[in-house]
Amino acid sequence: MKTIAKALAGSLMASTLLAGAALAQTKEVQMLHWWTSGGEAAALNVLKGDLAKEGFAWKDVPVAGGGGDAAMTALKAMVAAGNYPTASQMLGYTVLDYAAAGVMGDLTETAKKEGWDKAVPAPLQKFSVYKGKWVAAPVNVHSVNWLWINKAVMDKIGGTEPKTFDDLIALLDKAKAAGVIPLALGGQSWQEATMFDSIVLSTGGAEFYKKAFNDLDEASLKSPTMKKAFDNLGRLKAYVDPNYSGRDWNLATAMVIKGDALVQVMGDWAKGEFVAAKKEPGKDFLCYRFPGTDGTVIYNSDMFGMFNVPADRRAAQAALATATLSKSFQSAFNVVKGSVPARTDVPDTAFDACGKKGIADLKSASEKGTLFGSLAQGYGAPPAVANAYKDVVTKFVHDQIKTSDQAVIELVKAINDAK
Amino acid sequence: MTISTMPDRVSASANSSRRSVSLRERLQDMLPKLVLAPSFAAVIVFVYGFILWTIYLSFTNSRTFPNYTLTDARAYQRLWRWTFESDPPSSWYTSITNLGIFGVLYIGICLALGLLLAILLDQKIRGEGMLRPIYLYPMALSFIVTGVAWKWFLDPGLGLEKTLHAWGWTSFHFDWIKNKDRVIYTVVIAGVWQASGFVMAMFLAGLRGIDGEIMKAAQMDGATTVQLYRRIVIPMLRPVFLSAFIVLAHMSIKSYDLVVALTSGGPGGSAWLPSNFMYEYTFKRNEMAVGSASAVIMLMTITAIIVPYLYSELKEKGR
Repeated sequence: MKTIAKALAGSLMASTLLAGAALAQTKEVQMLHWWTSGGEAAALNVLKGDLAKEGFAWKDVPVAGGGGDAAMTALKAMVAAGNYPTASQMLGYTVLDYAAAGVMGDLTETAKKEGWDKAVPAPLQKFSVYKGKWVAAPVNVHSVNWLWINKAVMDKIGGTEPKTFDDLIALLDKAKAAGVIPLALGGQSWQEATMFDSIVLSTGGAEFYKKAFNDLDEASLKSPTMKKAFDNLGRLKAYVDPNYSGRDWNLATAMVIKGDALVQVMGDWAKGEFVAAKKEPGKDFLCYRFPGTDGTVIYNSDMFGMFNVPADRRAAQAALATATLSKSFQSAFNVVKGSVPARTDVPDTAFDACGKKGIADLKSASEKGTLFGSLAQGYGAPPAVANAYKDVVTKFVHDQIKTSDQAVIELVKAINDAK
Repeated sequence: MTISTMPDRVSASANSSRRSVSLRERLQDMLPKLVLAPSFAAVIVFVYGFILWTIYLSFTNSRTFPNYTLTDARAYQRLWRWTFESDPPSSWYTSITNLGIFGVLYIGICLALGLLLAILLDQKIRGEGMLRPIYLYPMALSFIVTGVAWKWFLDPGLGLEKTLHAWGWTSFHFDWIKNKDRVIYTVVIAGVWQASGFVMAMFLAGLRGIDGEIMKAAQMDGATTVQLYRRIVIPMLRPVFLSAFIVLAHMSIKSYDLVVALTSGGPGGSAWLPSNFMYEYTFKRNEMAVGSASAVIMLMTITAIIVPYLYSELKEKGR
């Protein structure tokens, strides 16, 4: 009997505690994310500070793991249990999946007040607006079609900025002759596919990229242009070191930083590694657009998806959304993260040379309509298709698919199968 | 009516005095069942319930979230088609052929090596107390630690190959971990390194349980050491083989973390096992139906191997 009484008392206490927690939640922002590394965590602290000024507490729900797979599994469990976080870091189609499941909130009011419709590039709104309602706040825009070059090595071999794909091959040849690893590549499927995004854009041009990798037009996917893109990928493959398979992207970046390798084709998160190693753009390293892709931006973007929380927690949610897209946070956060602001009207004064170019490129691409989602990064098509694409690219790179003819056939087959 | 109630009442009162005793006894009888009930219920729900749920999901069109409308067996049809796509190998084809290679080698080598080590350790050698934990220790590590350690050790630019080159043996070449056709064997190496010590401990316990008199009698009859082990000791270790086989078989089918930590999937996904396939499709590609179907096939595989084996072994024992 005593133990039963004790248990009862305990559960009573627990329920009062829970009620207390519910009270506290109205002034609290519960945030699920996977930004746990030093720079990223520091960047988030800016947001935390901004919210604290307005009297909102920050409840961190970090789930480590670079690609966010673990975090997404945790989010699925939380949502299934009806325990919605105020917001969660999310990528591309995940936002739309959750919106279709009817668990996302509505930020339209905040968006109107803050003028998001105008400031945020239209392609991004495809992922943050669902059926006319704002459901997510974009935090940044990464772009994928960059070359990162070690300047000391570049000077040593007497290279200049490659303007065409053949220029790039010539440059890589020079590096090879000088005994430097020409191309730093991490042989993981997402890195190979990220590079292939740029190659396709360079080989076929902006219109072709959009048709093939955003509209999934079958004629483009099996066209001779796509075959040529695979041929170009095969040519680049000759310039990697024998030990590239399975290497992490930041180790590949480190090879360029140390001068062991000349160039890496990677999204602008690579800049964060250069900056963390105390390297300066223009002096220690160079950032060029992948040859033949200047003026076009292949992007991916981190978003804070906002969930359909009870009415008493919505004020905190709106405050978080406002703070996320405020110009000051957009600038402060993206300077640290290496990406560029998700709204095009943020002053670029705090950014370095590469950041300034990134902001200008995003703005012009957004105006010209040459801002496209990266298929490798999950912004071109839903995850099933994007991963089918990565399968084909990585199997081509690792010789399981032996010719570019076969690669094109497999690409069409895999994408149709996954649709 | 009144007449008939009287004896009833009497018997009832007699029963109640007896009941106080029997209640206690009955409670005592029930106690083990009561204590086991929660875990039994948990197993029913969380193991068998979810097996049924997974089977159900595999016949739906579930993608990111479960969808409860039954459709046809499209997920199985896709898996079936992928089973025969070998050029270029589909991810599913790679996964199941890898499971075949990994399962046979992992179980076979672990059993052979474990038995050999146990027999050698059983020769009343000095320092057995020190040697035994050394072999057993890898089992205390998680697969992630084993995977990462072997990843560094086998990496040609970092571990064994680089070290031997630095020592002057420059013709040495070992890049299996980077080779799409060999990478699965590195998973076998790391797996065997981890589990063979544990198998050794099982065999050692079995060897210690064998009556010394039988061995002496056989030696007196003039049996050589090889004959002694082949004809007497190893047949007597049969129950240990059974336990070790079952432990290793299920470990090989559920191997997931080792592949991820050691190879992160291998070049072009060439190190995948079915569990990697399942996780990848369910959680990364939002194709929950295909992921569930592959999980069901994994379950059927393990059932098809273990149930007949268990049946034949246990039947023989009962005889």
